[in-house]
Amino acid sequence: MNTLLHYLGEYFGTSANWTGPGGIPTRLREHFGYTVLALGLAFGIAFPLGLWTGHTGRGGAVVTLIANSARALPTYGLLVLLVVLSGIGLVPVLIPLLALAIPPILLNTYEGIRGVDPALTDAARGMGMTRRQVLFGAQLPVALPLILVGTRTAAVQIVATATIAAAVSFGGVGRPIVDGLARNDYTLVVGGAALAAVCSLVVLAIFAGLRRLLVSPGLR
Amino acid sequence: MNLGIPSYLGSFTELLVDHLAMALGASLLGLVVALPLGLLCVRRPQWYPPVLAGASVLYSIPSLAFFVLLIAFTGISRTTVVIPLAVYTLAVLIPNVVDGLRAVPESVRQSATAMGYSETRRLLTVDLPIALPTVLAGLRVATVANISMVSVGALIGMGAFGSLFTAAVQLDRLGLAITGIVVTVVMALVVDAALLGVQWLATPWLRRTRTQGRTRTQGRTRTQGRTRRSAR
Repeated sequence: MNTLLHYLGEYFGTSANWTGPGGIPTRLREHFGYTVLALGLAFGIAFPLGLWTGHTGRGGAVVTLIANSARALPTYGLLVLLVVLSGIGLVPVLIPLLALAIPPILLNTYEGIRGVDPALTDAARGMGMTRRQVLFGAQLPVALPLILVGTRTAAVQIVATATIAAAVSFGGVGRPIVDGLARNDYTLVVGGAALAAVCSLVVLAIFAGLRRLLVSPGLR
Repeated sequence: MNLGIPSYLGSFTELLVDHLAMALGASLLGLVVALPLGLLCVRRPQWYPPVLAGASVLYSIPSLAFFVLLIAFTGISRTTVVIPLAVYTLAVLIPNVVDGLRAVPESVRQSATAMGYSETRRLLTVDLPIALPTVLAGLRVATVANISMVSVGALIGMGAFGSLFTAAVQLDRLGLAITGIVVTVVMALVVDAALLGVQWLATPWLRRTRTQGRTRTQGRTRTQGRTRRSAR
């Protein structure tokens, strides 16, 4: 424990680590930048798909299959596969990020909409709501907690995968970890790990905040 | 079986045993801790929210970061890989254990007590078997995730089949990466099926009537929202 604290103090205490292209702010910016990008893309693809399959009820088996098989895929393996195939860059890292982030969002959106009480949907239709109004006015708000959980899962997955991506020359908070391991410099390693933990905690906090903001008080 | 694996990585069997030992060991460790912890949360419901919150926080720590932080305590060893995976298993299992135990019908519990079952005996011979499908559903999810996450251990040199990925980058061999991915996925599918088999064997009362059991508890509880975790 003392060793850990020592390394932490050394990493965060050295002012050189706070500036420049390898500094903490840069690493955090890189990491969050890619996280937001990947999450946005994944959400943009999975959310409408989930809404459609949930609302119409079609494609449930496919959704479950996709979700279950994604869990078995090794992150490191996917990253290496794409990098050996197409070299180092943004797209080879983005594809595994999307592949691992889309299933939770898709599954949870589908399950969320499917899980809406049929009586509610019936009442909405009975009130004369159009199909779109039923989906967005009645079903979506009820499904929202589950959708947020799925999106949070995806976000945490992206943060973790981006950390591992440093092993294939990605930047972000995994960079000090991988570099430190290579040089036996445990200050870097522990510092990077602490940053990674901070990133995931920030993600959790953001989603807790989103939950308070977006989910209707009657559902909490 | 050779599969083009460079000999310095070890034989296919060695890698297989290593990989499964770490993944299944972590699952078992997580289960062993989750059962009493889940029981505590059922008996004392006020503990459930904090335990759950703590588990969620630990669950969100990226696997590489978790491995690396443990190096200070357990060095570079298989234990360093197994402990975080066990923690992740724990985080997946606790809600399943709690939900499974809570799903035991009160009438059944009271009948057992009325028949003279002691608390412990009732727990072991009535509650747990009824909760088994739910718990096993979580265990399957967690074990599949563990199998894929052991590969990340390759970044600290303890990755079993994950070492194929490192070699693929170093030797620029696409085939190795594909082999690694396929082997991991096949392992996960086989172990998943085996656990389903265990469940089938352990719950004969669910086999007898065709109307209940199989699809009721599987797939609903706790397989939602936990679909990520193929590796972190």
